[in-house]
Formats: sequence, C-alpha cells, structure tokens
Amino acid sequence: MKPTPDPQTPDPQTPDPQTPVLSVRGLSVRFRMRGGRHIAAVSDACFDLAAGECLALVGESGCGKSVLASALLGLLPGNAQTEGSAVLGDGTDLLTADERTLARTVRGRRIGLVPQSPAAHLTPVRTVRAQLEETLRELTGIRKPALRAAAEQAAARAAFPAGHLDRYPHELSGGLAQRAATALALIGDAPLLLADEPTTGLDRDLVERTVDELRRHTDGGRALLIITHDLAAAERIADRVAVMYAGRIVELAEADRFFGEPGPRHPYARGLLDALPERAFAPIPGMPPELGALPDGCAFAARCSRADDRCSAPPPFDGHLACHHGVRAGTEESAHA
Amino acid sequence: MLELTRITAGYDPRDPVVRDASLTIAPGESVGLLGPSGCGKSTLAKVAALLHRPDAGTVVLDGRPVRGWRHGAPRAQRTAVGVVFQQPRLSADPRLSLRELIAQPLRATGRRAEVTDRVAELAPAVGLTAELLNRRPHEVSDGQLQRACLARALVLRPRWLICDEMTAMLDASTTAALVAVVEAYRRESGAGLLAVGHDRVLLERWCDRTVGWQGISGRVATQESMSPTG
Repeated sequence: MKPTPDPQTPDPQTPDPQTPVLSVRGLSVRFRMRGGRHIAAVSDACFDLAAGECLALVGESGCGKSVLASALLGLLPGNAQTEGSAVLGDGTDLLTADERTLARTVRGRRIGLVPQSPAAHLTPVRTVRAQLEETLRELTGIRKPALRAAAEQAAARAAFPAGHLDRYPHELSGGLAQRAATALALIGDAPLLLADEPTTGLDRDLVERTVDELRRHTDGGRALLIITHDLAAAERIADRVAVMYAGRIVELAEADRFFGEPGPRHPYARGLLDALPERAFAPIPGMPPELGALPDGCAFAARCSRADDRCSAPPPFDGHLACHHGVRAGTEESAHA
Repeated sequence: MLELTRITAGYDPRDPVVRDASLTIAPGESVGLLGPSGCGKSTLAKVAALLHRPDAGTVVLDGRPVRGWRHGAPRAQRTAVGVVFQQPRLSADPRLSLRELIAQPLRATGRRAEVTDRVAELAPAVGLTAELLNRRPHEVSDGQLQRACLARALVLRPRWLICDEMTAMLDASTTAALVAVVEAYRRESGAGLLAVGHDRVLLERWCDRTVGWQGISGRVATQESMSPTG
C-alpha cells in the first residue's frame, strides 16, 4: 500500500488500516409518538469496528438492537430522530447522509445487509438467479453474456449450490434462503457487513454453518456487525461482544473473556449467560423496562440483586462497562463510577 | 397416556412428511422431540395436538381413540390439549388485546364467567402486567406475546401440553422464564408435555427424556433413541 501523504485527508480508495470501518459515537434514536410521548430506542451507543473484526450485538428482544441496525442503513421511519454520528471508513456519516447518497453509494456497496428473515427479504416472484443477476448489473455493471457466469460465481461465494439457482424463494429451505440472501449481500464487496438476526429460526447445524460462513467473509477482510439474541452463535463468531439493555450498550468486552473467564462484568450480562440451558437455566427476574418510560437511573436496577442507592443515578459508559458496581475478575466488587 | 401409533401424515398423500411414526407419553411425563428443520416434527406435533388429521395411524388420548380433528374433535378431547407454536405473531389475532387473547379459549367453550379470575391468576404467572394485558400484539415484543400465547395454552388447564419450538425466537432469559412457567404448571397439574425443537441442550435440560426424529419414525423405532431417560 502506498504511504498516505497527508494523514488528515486519506485517500478513500486505500483507507488507512488504522481507520475503523465503522465508528459510532453517541448514537441515539428516539421515536416521536402520539401525545408528545417519546420512545428512547437507542441511547448513546459508542463503538468502533475494524476490518477483519466481528462485533456481536446481543440482548433481549425489544432492547433496540434492530433499530440501531436500521439507523446505520438510513431505514428509520419518519418519526425517528437521531443524534450522534456513525462514520464509515471513507468519512460518510450515515446519520446525516441524504437518501440519494445512501441509496447510490452506501446500501449494498459500502454496507451489505444479511437480513433477518431471508425468505421474506428475497423477491418471491423471481428466481435466485434473476435476483443475483439484477444485483450484479446494478452494483458491478457486468452485462450479458458474462452475467450468467458472474451470478454462478456470486452464488458459490456464499456456498449456494448452482443447481438451485433457478428456484424461487419459496422452493428453498431456510438454510438455502439464508445463503441466497448472503450471496446478494456480498456482491457489492462492501467493507462492512451487517447481519440482523441471521440465524433466527434455523436449527443448530444451520446456525453453525451460517455463522461459520459469515466468519469466513470476516476473515477475508470485511468488518461484520452481527445482531443476535443467540448467545451460542455470538460465542462462535464474535471477536468482541456488545451487550445492549433498554437501548444502551451496557458492556463491551472481548468475546473470549466474556464467554470464558473471567466472564461478563455487568450483572445483566451475567444473568443472560446464566439463563442458558447449559448453565444455570435461570431467568433474570422481571422484564425489561418500557423504552417509552425509562427510569432516571440505571435501567436494570429494578431487576438487579446488587442494586443500591448509587443506581438511582445513570451509570456512565466508560468504553467497557456501564454499571456502578460491575464484577471484576478476582474481586467481588470494584468501585466503578 | 398420549399414544401416537404408526402415524403417517403430511400435505400430499403421495408424499407424506411423517411416515410410520410412533410415540407414547405417560401422564406427567415430559418428552423432548429433537429433529432438524423440515423433518416433519411440527406436523407430528400438530397431529398430537389434534390439529392435523393423519393419513394413517391412530392417536389415543387418555384411553379414548381420537376420531375427529380440529373443530371436529369432541370438546372434551380438544380442551385436554394446550398448544404453543414457534411464531407468536402468526398465532395471535392482531385485533385482540393480550387479555382477550388469553381469555379466548374460555369464551369459545362458554366459560366466560371464569375469565376475570383465570386471567388475573395467569398473567402474573407468565410475567405480564395489567398494562401489557391491555395492549395488542403489535404493541408488544415477541417475548411478551409468546408469554401471552403460553397463558392462552394454559387457560383451560390442559392435561397435555404441546410446545412446538416455543422458544426458538426468544432470548436466553425469556426462554428460561417460559420453560419455568411450563414446569411450574406441570408440577401443580400433573400435565404431560411434548416439547418439539432442534436445540438438544435445551430439550435435554428441560425434559425427562429426549427422543430423536430417527428414533420414532419409520421402521427403526426405539433403537435410535438419542438419550436415556434422565
């Protein structure tokens, strides 16, 4: 790679390897509802994502994970208000970019989306081949007669069998539909892949195959943000884990330390892991608070066995943890203000 | 006993999804049925729930052979089985509030008078607040809606529960919470359970015994049972 002459204005075609592919700072999304109510779906999210890295965003349903993904793609409904920034490696701020920029240069080209329910994401009345060819035409400019071979290559990248290319989405099993959607997401060679619950409804073998394939694309130099409630899938694929609770990232940790020793530091994250059938299989008592009526202090305090006076003030996020008394390795309690 | 004997079922008689499957559940017993996507386990669960007429084979419920299915099943048999499906959005009428959703089986069987008491009893058990009960499905999360669907399955106090991938869409904490609700109900009522799923770790933790799809279908019955009684 050629040396960048001026570090202030890096060449967008050859980004500095130190520049994160995605840098999210203070990202908040609020929905304006009838009667002047507000729903704080995402509050003050901060994280970086580098090339070749996979960050798993985990949390209960309704915690704001998918809203965060929609914000990054500019797909929020009209009553949403955003704050903060989400900057791609080339300097595009996804929160302020206009629809034309997002549609023509971002979606599919800078960010590939692996959708939640591929069967619903694919166009039902067209074959997989037709959809791959259309996407190739749009994103790469390849024209007939090369298109047919290119579509077969694109399918092969996501391990979609060539023999099934002329099938319609409803003729595909869940696993094959997932691969077709992944193949579409990979066509634009986007440096950032965003996978929103890519394994929901798949059986364990397919979950493992799907995340292993996503991991393969990450190892090929892309950045992957995977949103999931499947902790086993997150453990298998992620380098780092971000735990979201009531719209906030409450813990951001290395995956091996999170799933192994010393384990999560936030009491909510500990509870989530302990709920797994291979661990204590014990639910966290209570339910998450309503995003339209969040408490003033720590949103988890009402369900937390460690809650005390300090929890009436919101715990600041220090880059790793947002808790007044997070568990530290080897010590029962650490002062963490 | 819930006895499924040599069941063949599907949607095209020439190409049945389930072939010659047999499974017996004793009163109070919990059985996990493990199989990959598309193997036919949900179809067998529907047969066990009296919601799908098999092409061949017999279902005997508490000693009485089942002769009618869906609306054609006698009320005494129909109400003896509670069902929870995988996708709460597809199994909840979007026009009903969660309170009405839970009460629907009582209304449908002419037991309107019990609605207030029974809903008041079940809602806290499944973790739904009074405020949530007034909302409609689009205003709650998948986990909250599945809690209501479980309450609906329990509202008639069934002797048998069929849970078809009940927790596949849910996070770990909600999964553990809903399984705890099912087990609390079974302890108190002595109901039997058929839990269908693809998560071996979950089913083995949850159920008395777990059988693999291979072990109950076709002619290889019993030899491929995937785990001993635990």
